Amino acid sequence: MAGLLAPKLALARAVGAVSRLRGGGASSAPGKVLMRLDPSAIGKLGGRLQRGSVLVSATNGKTTTTTMLAEILERAGLSLVHNQTGANMAGGIASSLLAATDSRGRISGELGLFEVDELWLDSLAAQLRPRAVLLGNLFRDQLDRYGELETIVDRWAAAVRTGPARDSMLVLNADDPVIADLGRERDAPVLYFGIEDDSLALEGMAHAADAKHCRRCGAPYVFEAVYLGHLGHYHCPSCGQARPVPTVIATHVTLQGVQTASFTLQTPAGEAEVALSLPGLYNVYNALAAAALATALEVGLPEIVAGLQGTKAAFGRAETVTLDLELTRGAAGGQKSNQRDLQIMLVKNPAGANEVLRTLALEPGEHDLLGVLNDKIADGRDVSWIWDADFELLAGRVRRATCSGTRAPELALRLKYAGIDPAHIRVQEDLESALREAAGDRSDPHAPLYALPTYTAMLAMRELLVARGEARSAWS
Amino acid sequence: MNIYADRGNLLVLAHRCAWRGIGFELSSSGIGEPLYPDAHDLFYLGGGQDRDQRLCAEDLIETKRSALHGAAAREAVVLGVCGGYQLLGHSYSLGADEIPGVGLLDVRTVREDGPRLIGNIAIEVSLGDGSPATDGNDRILAGFENHGGRTYLGPDARALGRVVKGHGNDGRSGFEGVRNGNTIGTYLHGPLLPKNAWFADWLIATSLRIEGSELAALDDGLEKAAHLSARHAAGL
Repeated sequence: MAGLLAPKLALARAVGAVSRLRGGGASSAPGKVLMRLDPSAIGKLGGRLQRGSVLVSATNGKTTTTTMLAEILERAGLSLVHNQTGANMAGGIASSLLAATDSRGRISGELGLFEVDELWLDSLAAQLRPRAVLLGNLFRDQLDRYGELETIVDRWAAAVRTGPARDSMLVLNADDPVIADLGRERDAPVLYFGIEDDSLALEGMAHAADAKHCRRCGAPYVFEAVYLGHLGHYHCPSCGQARPVPTVIATHVTLQGVQTASFTLQTPAGEAEVALSLPGLYNVYNALAAAALATALEVGLPEIVAGLQGTKAAFGRAETVTLDLELTRGAAGGQKSNQRDLQIMLVKNPAGANEVLRTLALEPGEHDLLGVLNDKIADGRDVSWIWDADFELLAGRVRRATCSGTRAPELALRLKYAGIDPAHIRVQEDLESALREAAGDRSDPHAPLYALPTYTAMLAMRELLVARGEARSAWS
Repeated sequence: MNIYADRGNLLVLAHRCAWRGIGFELSSSGIGEPLYPDAHDLFYLGGGQDRDQRLCAEDLIETKRSALHGAAAREAVVLGVCGGYQLLGHSYSLGADEIPGVGLLDVRTVREDGPRLIGNIAIEVSLGDGSPATDGNDRILAGFENHGGRTYLGPDARALGRVVKGHGNDGRSGFEGVRNGNTIGTYLHGPLLPKNAWFADWLIATSLRIEGSELAALDDGLEKAAHLSARHAAGL
């Protein structure tokens, strides 16, 4: 078969080179060509990985969790094939496999580490037959593309119980009732992870909470503690379904503003302190998920801790870049060597946005914000989700908000109804102008500008910053 | 039920009342909780996923049906959006399965084969008396629709508006939503009221049984910009 595959690999590679020359960061283009030439290419190339593949999916945290796993697994001496740019559908994964395969068809990696789009989990599992699957959380996200949450849950349940992932080791979040339920009624092993820290419990459920009713019997869950969205400690008073007891646990969680977080990690191999260079409870969940999958792969605790602590912000997720205000002001710039930090925090659905807002609210003082709301297909055409995000957390805490993107006025209106004084809100639909105006409000590197872009807005913002030499390209 | 940011609709009503010194109190009626027809000026039914909608439908019939009919009879405003709209009709059929509705609106909804009707939408509505409009009574509502069900109007039903851009009730008739007195159903979310502050004010005035012109004017610069942004997204 390799003989038949080789010319297809070469052709797909050539197409990829052309699309890059054209200036696109088209990380899935060669893979898409390869899939058209040979629809079973992912299975064929993936089958050459000596240690098989692991898949990671979730609504929120896929890219960061997979980045953490890469740090851990490389420290454990494994060579990886990893879709690190976040291109997580078939084309992106085929591209990663293609890039790792040489002209003789040999693959330079032992283990495939792939983050996978929620809707592609079943078909990619069918091709890759993964040894382990990590499922982190499910929140409502882009209803126009994904349909209702139930649709994804049903597909995942079929995949892990009777479908292509039925024999895979499952690593599941015990704190998400929808995810935890997937571990029942199957023969292959399941490893659960979860947080156990009463000090984190929120009062009541968030407006955006998605899983209020028991998957089994339809009765409302009773939550003893809610940590984030619908994640927490729960049980069903009607049928008795309860949070499974996790084996990989985070306790003593400390959140330090927009920069760092720390916790005590408990695994069957022992206990260790973990200091992340990433902020927020959502990143503690990501770290815990990565630690759990690494534990399932029998990686030692020291490598896990070192990998987690060595992880820097992924592409546009709490990443900080230093803006040169000379550049942002153009040729007519004033003082010299004016710099200001810009921290980019991707927001794409209510649950993710709420965690970013909660993290931002931990920072003292008033903030300068640059919100960028796009409604392209990858963002979700429907922007109503901004009304389910708790921008109210920032009321009275905003010095200046600049709203940009294709639906900028609607974000501005959301901020007004969240209690932010309209006199502090500016609408500038053009991103480059918005960045210039927002950054120029104050030249003090210690007063960072926080950017909250949707997915395509984050890509556009990074492209702009890379072109100006302020950020590193993700494709290099 | 609360999906598709129904909270946005409630926030807009709450703030636009508060900014005018109009008392506003929000209470919710969950599954199994009674509903009192005379206790409120406006009743709001939001959207839900199929599973939640089924649970809510049973409860609406069992514990809230007569209260909603009582409220409509005394001309309180009843607004149903998406799933709430479907449940205000006679029924929602999913294959052989039929979920009964409250029957306040003369419509039936059917889940048919074929794609969900998804996208930005703009409709032209004529609210007639009670409209706060100063530039004629035909006005544009802009929003986003996302529904698998097709809603068909019965002989007594009058559509809320004419589709200018988008799919509407069934993707074919060119009509969107239904209005029967002060009971209104629509597929427009996105959410509806933040994108159409003028309609929020019409609902407030109608709930208070006053003319729209009696409501104090507000600084609606951002509201108007958001309305135009939503219209533009719909291709208008």
